[in-house]
Amino acid sequence: MDNLQKNITENKAVDNFDNKLSTLNLGPTHPATHGIFQNVLKMDGERIHSSEQTLGYIHRAFEKIAERRPYNQIRPLTDRLNYCSSPINNIGWDMTVEKLIGIEIPKRVDYLRVIIMELARIADHLICNSVIAVDTGALTGFTYVFQERERIYEIFEEICGARLTTNIGRIGGFERDFNETANKKLKLFLKEFPKRFKDFETLLCRNRIFMDRIINVGPISAERALNYGFTGPNLRAAGIDYDVRAMNPYSSYQDFEFKIPVGENGDTFDRFMVRQEEIKQSLSIINQAMDMMPEGPYHADVPEFYLPPKTDVYTKMEALIYHFKIIMGETKVPEGEVYFSVEGANGELGYYLISDGGRSPYRLHFRRPCFIYYQAFSEMIKGALLSDAIVTMSSMNVIAGELDA
Amino acid sequence: MSTLIIIKIIIILVIFAITLFIAMYSTYAERKIAAVMQDRIGPNRAGPWGILQPLADGGKMFFKEDFIPAFANKKLFIIAPGIAMFTALMTSAIIPWGGSITIWGQTFDLQVADVDIGILYILGVVSIGVYGIMIGGWASNNKYSLFGAVRSSSQMISYELAMGLSILAVIMTTGSLSLKDIVEAQDGGKWNVFYQPLACLLFIVCAFAECNRAPFDLAECESELIGGYHTEYGSMKLGFFLFAEYINMFISSAIISTLFFGGYNFPFMHDLGLSSNALTIVGTLVFFAKICFFIFFFMWVRWTLPRFRYDQLMHLGWKTLIPLAVFNLMLTGGIMLLRDLF
Repeated sequence: MDNLQKNITENKAVDNFDNKLSTLNLGPTHPATHGIFQNVLKMDGERIHSSEQTLGYIHRAFEKIAERRPYNQIRPLTDRLNYCSSPINNIGWDMTVEKLIGIEIPKRVDYLRVIIMELARIADHLICNSVIAVDTGALTGFTYVFQERERIYEIFEEICGARLTTNIGRIGGFERDFNETANKKLKLFLKEFPKRFKDFETLLCRNRIFMDRIINVGPISAERALNYGFTGPNLRAAGIDYDVRAMNPYSSYQDFEFKIPVGENGDTFDRFMVRQEEIKQSLSIINQAMDMMPEGPYHADVPEFYLPPKTDVYTKMEALIYHFKIIMGETKVPEGEVYFSVEGANGELGYYLISDGGRSPYRLHFRRPCFIYYQAFSEMIKGALLSDAIVTMSSMNVIAGELDA
Repeated sequence: MSTLIIIKIIIILVIFAITLFIAMYSTYAERKIAAVMQDRIGPNRAGPWGILQPLADGGKMFFKEDFIPAFANKKLFIIAPGIAMFTALMTSAIIPWGGSITIWGQTFDLQVADVDIGILYILGVVSIGVYGIMIGGWASNNKYSLFGAVRSSSQMISYELAMGLSILAVIMTTGSLSLKDIVEAQDGGKWNVFYQPLACLLFIVCAFAECNRAPFDLAECESELIGGYHTEYGSMKLGFFLFAEYINMFISSAIISTLFFGGYNFPFMHDLGLSSNALTIVGTLVFFAKICFFIFFFMWVRWTLPRFRYDQLMHLGWKTLIPLAVFNLMLTGGIMLLRDLF
C-alpha cells in the first residue's frame, strides 16, 4: 500500500505543469478509437511528444481456441478478425485448408469467391474512407456510402444468410449457388454504386478543408513501412506495389485485369486515395468476373469435407456417414505445414497452419495486418497534433478485432 | 411613461419567448435538415412529423440525474452553463426586430433598447460568452474539457478581432454604432452586402467561429475531445450549453441580417401602399424569414464541411481574415475619401 501511494504521488509530479508535458489517455473507450485500444499520449499542449500503445482489450485467444475445434468450425472465428470484411477472412481460411488437403477447386467457385471478396473489399474501404471523413467532422459522406454498404450486406445476406459475421462459403466451395435475387441485387449494385461513389468522392476530394486535414498527416516512408512489415493499402500508399492478388495469385486472380494503385508519401491522403482507387478496381474485377462467369458446380467434389444435401442424408448411407463425420469433426486431414495468404481489405492476411493429422490444427497462427500497423502508430504520430493522431489512426484502418484476435 | 414601461416589458417577454421558441425548434430543424442532407428520415416519433421532439428532449434533460464529478469545482461547474445561457440571451435586447408600430396614438419601436453603442454592446456580450465555456471546461477537471476550453477561448479571441474589423467598415459607411441607424441606412434595397461584400463574408465566417459551429466546432469536436468543454456535463446543465449554442446561432443570424441584409427592410417596401403598421408587421416577418434562412445556412455548412485543425484555424484567423479585414477597411476609407474629394 505504501509503495502504491508512492507511485501515485510520483506520477503526479510528472504530470504537473512545471514539467510542461501532460498525459492524455486516448482510449480505451473514446469515440475516435473505433474499438478498444489505449494510447497514452504525452502531450506538449496540443502536440504529441511521445505515445505508448496498449492492446489486448478484446483478446479472445482465437489461435488457442482453434486448436480445439474441427476445421469446419474455425471459420466463424475468422469472421471476428476484421469484421468489416469477414468474407475475405472466411474464404482465406477455406483456401488454407484446401491447400493443406490439396483439393482441386472448380473455376466457377473461384470466380464466385472473387466476387464475394471484392464486394467485401469495397465495403471495408468504404467504411475506412468514410470514417476518415467522420473523424475530420464531415458526417454526411459517411451516410451516403453506408447505404451502399448496406446493399453489399444484402447481397451477402442472400448468399449466406448473414450480414456482418458472414461465415460464408465452405471447404471446397459454397454452401449454395448465388440465387436469382442475389444476382439481381448484384447487378443493381454494380449499376448504381459508381454514381453514389462519385458523389462521395467529389464531396471530399474537392473540399479544401478536408485536403488540408489529410495531406502530409501521419506519413511513413516506404523503407520504414517495409521494416515494420506493412502490407496492403498502407504499404501501397507509401509507394510499394505489393499486392498478394498480383504477386501470388490465388482463386484465379490471374484471369482478371486490374491496376494496383500506389501513393507517394505514405500519408493519410495517399492512403485515402489508394483506397478510393482500389474500390474502382474492385468494381472492375467484379464486372469482369460476372462477364466471364464459367458454368459448373458451385463446390468441389470432396464428400469428406463438404456436407451432402439433406435429401441424400436421409436416403443414402454414405451421405449419412459423411454428414455425421463432418458435423462431429471426425474427418482425417493430412499431416503438414502450410502458409496461405490472401489480400485482405487492409493487408496481407496470412494463415500459418500446422496439422498433425488430428481433428483440429496442431497450431494455427493468423498473420494480422492490423497488429503490424499498430506497432508503427507511435512513430507515425510523434510530433503531430492530437487531431492528426486521430485521423492517422482511422486512415490506417486498425480494427480492434483483428489487432487483438 | 408607465405605458412605455408596460410596452417594453411586453416586448421583452415576447422577444424572450420567441428566442427560446426558435432556439428550441432550431434543434428540431437541425436534426431534420441533417436528415434530409444525409438521406435519412430524422425524428418522427414524437407528435406528427416529430414536431414535439424538442419538448421530449427538454423533458429528458430535466429528469436526468444532476451529476457533478467528484473533483470538479462545484460552484464554477454550476455557474458556467448559467453564464453561457445568460450572455446568449442578453444580445437580443438591442436587435431592431421591426420598424415602429402605432397603437392608440402612441408610437413604439419594436426594439428593447436602441443603445447608441449597439455594436460595441454585442461584441462585449459575446466576449463574456467565452467565460461560460472556459469556466465550464476548467471546472470539470477533465483534460478533454480543458482542451476544449482552451481551444475555444483562443479561437474566440482570434476571431473577435477579425469580426470587429469587418464591422468597422460598415460603421464607417453608416456613421453610427446604433443598429437601428444601420438598418434605416439600408432602406430601399441599399443592403450593405452589395456595398461591403468582403466585410459580409468575413463577418459570416467569424460568426460561425463565435458560435462554435462547424467547421469551427473545435471546442466540442466530438471525434477528438468526446464532448469538449461539456464532456462532464449532463442533465439540464448540458441542456443549457446546447441551448445557448442554438440561441447564439439565432442571434448571429439576426445580426448578420441586420448588418448586411437590410434587417426588416425589403425591396420595394414603400411601393406596396401598405399602412405604417402593416408595413412594420410585414417587415418583421421578412426579418424572421431572413433569420431562418441564415439558421438554415449555419446547418447547411455544418453538415457539409469537415472541421479545421487547431493550427489551421489560427492561420485562417490571423493570417487570412485579419489582413483581409484591414484591407477592406483601407479600401472603404479610400473610396469614402475619394467620394468626398470629387
